[in-house]
Amino acid sequence: MFADILFNGLVAGGTYAILAIGFALIFSVARIINMAHTAFYMIAAFLIYISLTILHYNLWPCMIATVVLTGIIGVICFKLFFDRVKQHSHAVMIISIAIALLLQEIFLIIFGGTYRSIPSFVEGYMEISGTRVSNQQLFAVLSTAVILVALWLWLSKTKIGNAIRSVAQDPEAANLMGINVSNIYLIVMAVSAGMAGIAGVLMAPVHMISPLMWGHPIIIVLASIVLGGMGSIGGSVVGALILGYVETLVVFLIPGGSFMGGAVSLAIMVLVLLIRPEGLFGIFFEEERL
Amino acid sequence: MSYLRLLWGWIRQEIFAVPGRVIAAVFFILLFITPLITSEPYYLRIIIMACIFSIFAISWDVLSGVAGQLSLGHGLFFGVAAYAAALLNLHLHMPPWATIPLGSVIAVCFGLIVGIPALRLRGMYLGLVTLTFPIILTGLLFVFPDFTGGEMGISGIARLSKSNISSYYIVLVVFCVSAFIMYKFVDPASKFLRTGVILHALREDEIAARGAGINTTQYKLIAFAVSGFFAGVAGGLYAHYIKLAGPSTLELFFSFNAILWAMFGSIATIYGPVVGVFILYPLMEILSLFSWGEQTRFLIFALVLIFTLLFMPEGISTWILDKLEVKCPRCKLVNVFTRKKCRACRALLSGGK
Repeated sequence: MFADILFNGLVAGGTYAILAIGFALIFSVARIINMAHTAFYMIAAFLIYISLTILHYNLWPCMIATVVLTGIIGVICFKLFFDRVKQHSHAVMIISIAIALLLQEIFLIIFGGTYRSIPSFVEGYMEISGTRVSNQQLFAVLSTAVILVALWLWLSKTKIGNAIRSVAQDPEAANLMGINVSNIYLIVMAVSAGMAGIAGVLMAPVHMISPLMWGHPIIIVLASIVLGGMGSIGGSVVGALILGYVETLVVFLIPGGSFMGGAVSLAIMVLVLLIRPEGLFGIFFEEERL
Repeated sequence: MSYLRLLWGWIRQEIFAVPGRVIAAVFFILLFITPLITSEPYYLRIIIMACIFSIFAISWDVLSGVAGQLSLGHGLFFGVAAYAAALLNLHLHMPPWATIPLGSVIAVCFGLIVGIPALRLRGMYLGLVTLTFPIILTGLLFVFPDFTGGEMGISGIARLSKSNISSYYIVLVVFCVSAFIMYKFVDPASKFLRTGVILHALREDEIAARGAGINTTQYKLIAFAVSGFFAGVAGGLYAHYIKLAGPSTLELFFSFNAILWAMFGSIATIYGPVVGVFILYPLMEILSLFSWGEQTRFLIFALVLIFTLLFMPEGISTWILDKLEVKCPRCKLVNVFTRKKCRACRALLSGGK
């Protein structure tokens, strides 16, 4: 039981962490609350489903192509929609939910509402202290760790990572220092959507694939962003891990808990906003609160 | 007789001279005489639903359009009132005229609960919080299915009234009265109420409003309460009209209906949401008559919302009124676009061209 909770929480938290970090990236750099973020995750899951079970392509090229394609879709959405209403934060939020609905409906019309699944990338399972752990889950956890470390290195060590962080701090000053801010927005949007794509690829064999699969993760991602502190990229990872464990605990310990997973996370989010609006590690921007 | 002539003169000066008011008057007269023209239940049903949703959309407009407190989960108030009315009717056997106001009062309580975070947050953060409450409530509904009916909702509620026509007139009168109250409530030029101008100020610049000595906390809560009350009225009417209170009213999509209608009509104008509902709701109903329309409903919904935001952010009624009406540059009186001189002060309307 205990080991079950420990490991399932880690798997859930890891997925949410990848999703949350992409969400936090575009939010902290471009101040866009992208509610369509997990719709990109849904798209990636469907792309890998299409390429593996309908077209029968090879696994590894497909994974890379899916991630790249998702990134491109993200950039297209940014160029077509977000870029035009970027000045109005309300409009950005409403339009992003509209985009999520749009993508959901397109996939619903093409594929219908049935649940689909794909075979695991890695077969078999192993026993860790009495708990059955499938290799696919282990693979997902390990890749999550690798990707998070790689992203952290990219953001903190490279020149472009520096530019991204400086745009997040102050876009006008960054512009004056010769950084092309709109290009940075595009890059960050591509990386953010690409992260959602990675999460979709890693989780496609574990979860059921359906056009409605984006609804639950976006709730958890929002809650973990707020818990970690809006605008803090490291905080979002910690928040996502905490909420992954909270969700697992609720599902394991409370009867009827599977309905409550999202509600408990949201209650945590509302409490955090009320009691400590800057979150665990947050930078709460002065002009945005009273 | 002389009073009649005075009245006629007033109507000529104040209504016939302004195209927007002529359209509104014709619209309401048409609504009131529709049952004389047709008693087809299908058409009456569409108009009744449009009236109910108009109240809902206006209440969103009061809170988010006029007062600027972004609410992304407005279905909460609607759904809470619908459930409250249904439960009161089912368990305490109260008639609709008692359950609807009581349900609205419960919705007001929820409005105040949601309003408390609003005192500390604004903009996107408030949107996030308001988004969460319906989702939390939906989770609770599914945990206690014996009491709330779970996924099926509560059915077997009393009808609003025995005949279709009387339901129609009840809904229509409630709609007119609520729309009028909310219009006066947020009218910035009102001589009796300060709320209108204060709520507009709250949206434009909260710090300046505070600096002018306005207790912004109080007025935000008032905006939440009024908006919640009228959304609750709409929810109670809805539950009694379709005889069902279900979790679909708490869905994200339902809340976004109100946003789409208000945005499409014209935000922060009160008449805008009515225009939006009466254009879009019948269109959606006509679409759902076809099998392809039923499938692509949400797709079309999302596309209309995106296109409105990108290409017509001021909304359709502002766009039309801009074409039909000219404001006098000297006395700020509204005139028909065909006039060359202002009807009151004879100033040139084209600005001396």
